[in-house]
Amino acid sequence: MLKDEDRIFKNLYNDLGWDIDSAITRGDWLQTKDHISKGKDWIIKEIKDSELRGRGGAGFPTGLKLSFAPKELGSRPHYLVINADESEPGTCKDRDILRFEPQKLIEGCLITSYSISAHTCYIYIRGEYLREGQRLQEAINQSYQKNFLGKNACGSGWDLDIHLHYGAGAYICGEETALLESLEGKKGLPRLKPPFPALVGLYGCPTIVNNVETVAVIPTILRKGAKWFSSLGKPKNTGTKIFCISGDVNNPCNVEEEMSIPLKDLIEKHAGGVVGGWNNLQAVIPGGSSMPLLPKSVCETIEMDFDSLIKAKSGLGTAGVIVINKDQDIIRCIARIAKFYKHESCGQCTPCREGCGWMWRMLERMAEGEATYKEIELLYDVTKQIEGHTICAFGEGAAWPVQGLLRHFKKEIEKRSHEEPLIKKKSNIPYLIDQHLLEKDSA
Amino acid sequence: MINTYWRKTVPKIIINNKEVEFEEGMTVLQACELAGAEIPRFCYHERLSIAGNCRMCLVEMENSPKPIASCAMPATNGMKIKTNTLFVDKARKGVMEFLLANHPLDCPVCDQGGECDLQDQSLLYGFDHSRYTENKRQVNEKYMGPLIKTEMTRCIHCTRCIRFATEVAGIPELGAIGRGEDMEITTYLEKSMESELSANVIDLCPVGALTSKPYAFESRPWDLKKTETIDVMDAVGSNIRVDTYGWEVKRVLPRVNEDINEEWISDKTRYACDGLLKQRLDTPYIRENGRLRKSSWDQALKLLIIKLKSFNPNEIAGLVGDLADLEMIYSFKSFFEKCIGSTNLECRQDRIYINPQERMNYIFNSTISGIEDSDFILLVGTNPRLEATILNARIRKAYIKNKLKIYSIGDVGDLTYPYQNIGSNTSIIKEIVSGSHEISNKIKKAKKPMIIIGDSALYGKSGKYVFETLKNFLSDNNFIKKNWNALNILTQQASRVGAIDFGVYSVNETENFSFFNKVDNDDFKLIYLLGADNINFDKKNKFIVYQGSHGDKGAEIADIILPGAAYTEKNGLFVNLEGKLQSAYKASYPPGDAREDWIIFKDLANMMKKPLGFNNIKHLRESINKQIQSKIKNGVKKNIEVDFIEENISVKPIDYYYTNSIARSSKVMSECRQISKRFLFTGIEKAS
Amino acid sequence: MSIKKISKIQPESFELSKDNLLEAENEIKKYPNDRKASAILALLFLVQKQNDNWLPLAAIKYVAKFLGVPYIQVYEVSTFYSMFNLSPVGKYFVQVCTTTPCMMKGSKKILDICKKYISKNPHELSENKLCSWTEVECLGACVNAPMMQINQDYFEDLDENSTEEIIQTLLEDKLPKPGSAKNRKNTAPEKGKTTLLEVKNA
Ligand SMILES: Cc1cc2nc3c(=O)[nH]c(=O)nc-3n(C[C@H](O)[C@H](O)[C@H](O)COP(=O)(O)O)c2cc1C
Ligand code: SF4
Ligand code: FES
Repeated sequence: MLKDEDRIFKNLYNDLGWDIDSAITRGDWLQTKDHISKGKDWIIKEIKDSELRGRGGAGFPTGLKLSFAPKELGSRPHYLVINADESEPGTCKDRDILRFEPQKLIEGCLITSYSISAHTCYIYIRGEYLREGQRLQEAINQSYQKNFLGKNACGSGWDLDIHLHYGAGAYICGEETALLESLEGKKGLPRLKPPFPALVGLYGCPTIVNNVETVAVIPTILRKGAKWFSSLGKPKNTGTKIFCISGDVNNPCNVEEEMSIPLKDLIEKHAGGVVGGWNNLQAVIPGGSSMPLLPKSVCETIEMDFDSLIKAKSGLGTAGVIVINKDQDIIRCIARIAKFYKHESCGQCTPCREGCGWMWRMLERMAEGEATYKEIELLYDVTKQIEGHTICAFGEGAAWPVQGLLRHFKKEIEKRSHEEPLIKKKSNIPYLIDQHLLEKDSA
Repeated sequence: MINTYWRKTVPKIIINNKEVEFEEGMTVLQACELAGAEIPRFCYHERLSIAGNCRMCLVEMENSPKPIASCAMPATNGMKIKTNTLFVDKARKGVMEFLLANHPLDCPVCDQGGECDLQDQSLLYGFDHSRYTENKRQVNEKYMGPLIKTEMTRCIHCTRCIRFATEVAGIPELGAIGRGEDMEITTYLEKSMESELSANVIDLCPVGALTSKPYAFESRPWDLKKTETIDVMDAVGSNIRVDTYGWEVKRVLPRVNEDINEEWISDKTRYACDGLLKQRLDTPYIRENGRLRKSSWDQALKLLIIKLKSFNPNEIAGLVGDLADLEMIYSFKSFFEKCIGSTNLECRQDRIYINPQERMNYIFNSTISGIEDSDFILLVGTNPRLEATILNARIRKAYIKNKLKIYSIGDVGDLTYPYQNIGSNTSIIKEIVSGSHEISNKIKKAKKPMIIIGDSALYGKSGKYVFETLKNFLSDNNFIKKNWNALNILTQQASRVGAIDFGVYSVNETENFSFFNKVDNDDFKLIYLLGADNINFDKKNKFIVYQGSHGDKGAEIADIILPGAAYTEKNGLFVNLEGKLQSAYKASYPPGDAREDWIIFKDLANMMKKPLGFNNIKHLRESINKQIQSKIKNGVKKNIEVDFIEENISVKPIDYYYTNSIARSSKVMSECRQISKRFLFTGIEKAS
Repeated sequence: MSIKKISKIQPESFELSKDNLLEAENEIKKYPNDRKASAILALLFLVQKQNDNWLPLAAIKYVAKFLGVPYIQVYEVSTFYSMFNLSPVGKYFVQVCTTTPCMMKGSKKILDICKKYISKNPHELSENKLCSWTEVECLGACVNAPMMQINQDYFEDLDENSTEEIIQTLLEDKLPKPGSAKNRKNTAPEKGKTTLLEVKNA
């Protein structure tokens, strides 16, 4: 288990106070100026050496991403955008950073902005987190008062302004290019790539988008050294990570742990074990709703890091661990996730727009036991027809959980399904009087 | 070795194992087309921005585990693309299945049937049966005005219509509301689209979601005779296709002409065609005791000859209307000269100043496609949006492409692109030419400036001053050159440039308006109106002959009416505002006893025993060609200096949907006119 | 997400109050001069704040003019994002998260309570016209499931009793205390921390 001194977010539960003075006594804003004075290349090299990977879901090497921004400031300004849209079901880690460790984020913003030559940083926070946003704004104001932000921020010689921008309820705005569209005052429709935001991002200017947690750990990495960070976890899967353990556990909680911690440890040691005992475990979704679930057999030994989970045909995603025990109807659980994706699809690409609703409807019928065997294959085809055919990774996010279900719980579905009846019962809903309309009220 | 090192290499892409060269900046889709590999698509359209949302154009790219959308991917040197593999086929089939999932599959009652992209491509990529057993999406109809019929269950959300409205038409009124599978295309609160180009979305819509309201359930495309011809609603000369069923013109569609209309046409061009069926003159009339009565050709022509002979040739005048082709103009003029002995001819019903000395004085010299190269435009007394809709779209395109600066003398309202109004008095022109206006230097510094002079500036006392002064200014600053001529006259009438080419005006050194002065002084006793309906003089005691296609303002005051053919009913030549000669072709035939106009003059001349020298269309065309040849050699140039005349240039309001007799007879145009009167604002109102 | 219903009853006109106008100006200042449109979401929130938590059509026009963007863009945006209401909602707007983590922890029971005490259908006002409820997707507090949002505040770690109590309070026109209904400390494990046991501010 990770030693407390190696934990970055010491105020994760707000035992110590979120205000700037408390934060400073915890060590925030220490040596910030010195680190900046060592130059962009040093900072980026240090981050690269720490092998920090993005905490927003994709796990892209952060140092490498920062190095994509044009080295020098040209005629166009550069922007840093912090992705605080946290909407992935099963994930609520950024929320705690925003409300209890805001100074870590703000300090991280300054260092990161400097390293990519940005004078403006926007924090895109989901609109529902209004209270968290108000807290963060207070924290920002406190930083301004201490001259940690603004002109010559923290005595570093670098000017930085941080602005808060609220989203308004759209999961897709977590996707970085959709987020930029939303920030520009449009609907959150993901953009075509290339061009990538590092060159053509916000307002057409070079932009780096990073997750809250990614940026918030950077100051500590610089203070304690890349070596320290990379000594935790496994190579390429280093450092600490906030895990959100929800679902059928006795003590659901957020906890910062070492990367590569065994899933079983996480559940047993921190979350008080599975409700009804380990043997009552049915499956675990290891990385937020987009990631395929793992059956109990895999959960026994799996280690929680990017590469191990990919090997197990799942992913670390946002490290939102959803534990599902045997009391739950697993088909219903995934059907509800499918409904989430149907509700949140932006609607621009054909496969995602038409496919998400189709998957959901089939799953609902499967849960009700109204589906035929043939439809199981069809469902799989539909996930395959969505996956990889869309503009953004939402398509994968919608298809994977269903594929995970089919991979590990096909038997369960088959049990409830039946042969195609010889005489088809006439549906009591006549053609074109639409199910969509009936659904409308609840959708 | 060293030599080749320096040579710029042409980028190459490998498509289906075949190497092809492509131009920098092309997309994979375009490169595939070069290689002859057909790529299915719905959202992609070469004249709109790339949306990449239908996902139909997926292809396989080496080293990419996912198929890529070829329409959105820039082609790069050495890229390896496959378009014919199982992988690609599967991907496209998948997308097609999704597209059809919620589609109503109501082809039998859909007007797009037979020209539907979805129908065509589902033949290639569709499954033979539907696996989608859920209920289909129901989407409410949307009201989009009198031209566009919607059937939104058929919509495949390609967003072409939205992109057209925002990008080309410059009217951001269409949008997609909601999200996910419930996304719906609509106008703001379902108000009708406020654009003179709106109906182009019907052509753009790849399925039957947006179809033509006036043409609804009229016929199937394969039943129609298609004739490629030229439009006459304005002087742009848009290239069109006229679809007819028997005599009736069912619809008008655009044809591609990169130099003129690209592939757009205005709503008037498209929808005035129902005016061809109404108010038609199909037999000659004679006024007796103040009332018109039907007569035979023989009677009417005989009466006309008697009348012609009863006046002194000086007392006889001819006025050419706005829709006349060269055949009409030439035979009319020949008839006047040879049979009557009069040169009292005029084509300017609107009484504007012209200087016919050289051809560049009355045409649009920079050309329509040249607008795209321009870096500065000064509009003088013109509203191109209403006077030449398609040309205005080109200005907008240039604005989008190069952010070119546009200024206007005269406030003309929303032009669909931003411009700066620099006042409306002729004194501004004086300041510009004297160099004291800020614009002055901007023009001088521009590489390819354009000054576009419209009717409103040429009308009135100061017309001559405006034209001659600006022309002198341009030539003094070396902007009237072989490769760039900045002087542009924006003509509104399809017949105008041709008529001036053929000398149908009464202009001399000192007097530009002698014809109209004589009209006003009642010097003319007989006026022969050749399709002239926009007349503004009092009839008084004049004897009026009207020859034309519609019972409109001209026919109203006529004493003899001779029924002629409309532009779709004869072969004819037109010269557009750029001075381009184009042929219109016969798509239909004149109704009833109506005749093609040149035949009427030929017959008249023969009856008067003074033949015109041509007996068939071939002879006529030969004579016209000769006339054109002799006209091309430019006349001598003389600088005309005009004293400053102070006057306000107010841009004349235009009753857009009612500019000519065909449009005035059209029910569809009347509806559009009603609606446009109700809403005067577009999607953007400026912050107050 | 279905197309939002637009209220049949609409005010004639809309204008931001003086204070909100000031706030709107401040929002616009966050963005570059020629990028005012970025403030669209912020302005729509201000409108909702001022107008009992819903957007009348007049306000859509108002915001469009204010920012110099087409009406249709504001209309698109207000129908795209789920937090904008185009018809009136209750003074207390209860949004119950029903996504999988909450669903597993019993969000259905919470919905039942809403149906019982507030109204049968979502988006319907309660009898005393104070409350309405709806289902929403994951609100990002899964560790504290089941949960709901009432106006701006999160109510977490609910069960039937606590929910009933909360709803009753609302119906009496009072705002109950937000946060965990089990008095648990934020996202720490309910039965005692397993980490950060020794830390204190140095
Ligand atoms: C559908 C979708 C939703 C996403 N939602 C979030 C989110 O809520 N928060 C987040 O930080 N990243 C989210 N991402 C990932 C971002 O696109 C992006 O990868 C991330 O912000 C990069 O930051 P990082 O490198 O620090 O991880 C989402 C991606 C997709 C495809
Ligand atoms: S995959 Fe879905 S969410 Fe992503 S751009 Fe396409 S339609 Fe939008
Ligand atoms: S044509 Fe490429 S995605 Fe539509």
